[in-house]
Amino acid sequence: MNPEPSEERRTPKERPAPAEGRPIGRRVLLGTIGLGALGVAAAPTLQRGLESFLGSVSGKDPTGLTGLLPNGGGFRYYSVAASVPHKSAADYRLTVDGLVDRPRSFTLADLRALPQTRLVKDVQCVTGWRVPGTPFEGVRLSHLLDAAGVRGTGKAVRFTCFDGTYSESLTLDQARRADVLVALRMQDKDIGHDHGGPVRLYVAPMYFYKSAKWLSGITVTDHVLPGYWEKLGYDVDAWVGRSNGRTDAPTS
Amino acid sequence: MRLRADTPAPPDSRLRRFHPAQRWVHRTTAALMGVCVLTAAFLYVPQLAVLVGRRALVVRVHEYAGLALPVPVLLGLASRAFRTDLGFLNRFGPHDRVWLRAALVRDKRPSSRPAGKFNAGQKVYAAWIAGATVVMLGTGLMMWFTHLTPLVWRTSATFVHDWLALTVGIVLAGHIGMALGDPEARRGLRTGTVSREWAKREHPLWRP
Repeated sequence: MNPEPSEERRTPKERPAPAEGRPIGRRVLLGTIGLGALGVAAAPTLQRGLESFLGSVSGKDPTGLTGLLPNGGGFRYYSVAASVPHKSAADYRLTVDGLVDRPRSFTLADLRALPQTRLVKDVQCVTGWRVPGTPFEGVRLSHLLDAAGVRGTGKAVRFTCFDGTYSESLTLDQARRADVLVALRMQDKDIGHDHGGPVRLYVAPMYFYKSAKWLSGITVTDHVLPGYWEKLGYDVDAWVGRSNGRTDAPTS
Repeated sequence: MRLRADTPAPPDSRLRRFHPAQRWVHRTTAALMGVCVLTAAFLYVPQLAVLVGRRALVVRVHEYAGLALPVPVLLGLASRAFRTDLGFLNRFGPHDRVWLRAALVRDKRPSSRPAGKFNAGQKVYAAWIAGATVVMLGTGLMMWFTHLTPLVWRTSATFVHDWLALTVGIVLAGHIGMALGDPEARRGLRTGTVSREWAKREHPLWRP
């Protein structure tokens, strides 16, 4: 019926030498590597297309599975600590100290009583994901610094977190920008634990690792002390699109 | 007298399929691939990342497991038995086309699935996973040593690494699923020998 049986019969009865047959395995291997290289070359185009497609699909996806796809949209959870304690309105404290005239500690209620600022901007992670138009709401960092009275020797601000591990830094000029918040709300909800709640930093113009989660300490220092990721090689001045070797569109 | 599984002469009823070299290459590669997949899941799936945290440590383990992934195969090249098997995996005969065509139409009859020591599916899988490993390693190194390549490449490497990881995960699940369905094939990799009946049914053209 078909020529195959006769071809089969041609296979030798004895141990077949590996040299027989066509080297298709090698071609598949080299072809896969070639496709990978082509993928890297074509990635910018492919990525734009996929991001816009998945971005539109994920909004209508009740299962949330598209969120697990690469560039599927949404936030990703990163924590550098083994476990992070939960803090509530009852036991949360934010201390402001260092080179200031009036060091003090804020409860969640204290922070909520201060003037609130709402910003809606894109969030850009240094690993590539971007979440468009995310509202953050909270107290301007400059407001807390002015209330504490920064001394003339103060040149930078160090942030510490109640996960016990993470830290961040900004120069005083960066910290005083109007788009840097001590955020209490994100996506118009109180910030949950996984997103760094109840209080996190929000540094709108920089990559998102600057927006330290689980913020518990603000210390004015006389020079910039590199934070957790910055000791591991990331840029301290992490402007979106102008640092870490990336060319993303600015967020603020 | 009890015959140990790795003594050179298997009992008459069983056929020697793999030498220790192939078995150890498979075992160590599988272990390293397992570490890569597991750590990738901890880095990637939000629910698992919440459980584990310790991001810097998980990244480091992932990087070194990935770097070590091709080492067992490279060491295996010192073994003649392993090189011979690579030759079998590389060469496709006319019967492999018959096998692939039957696989495409889900024809499961043994008579329409002629195979030598390795069937065509195993050959394609071996070649593809080897190529994919090289691509994962290359893009992974570009993400790791960010100052070695032009900056634009890093985002592109991340893109390929992410999507290929997803593909590798699916293909790997298929590979493991098929092994779960074939205890004698697993015994072959565990002990080095398989039954004559299995060899005749699954690999009729294999002449050990």
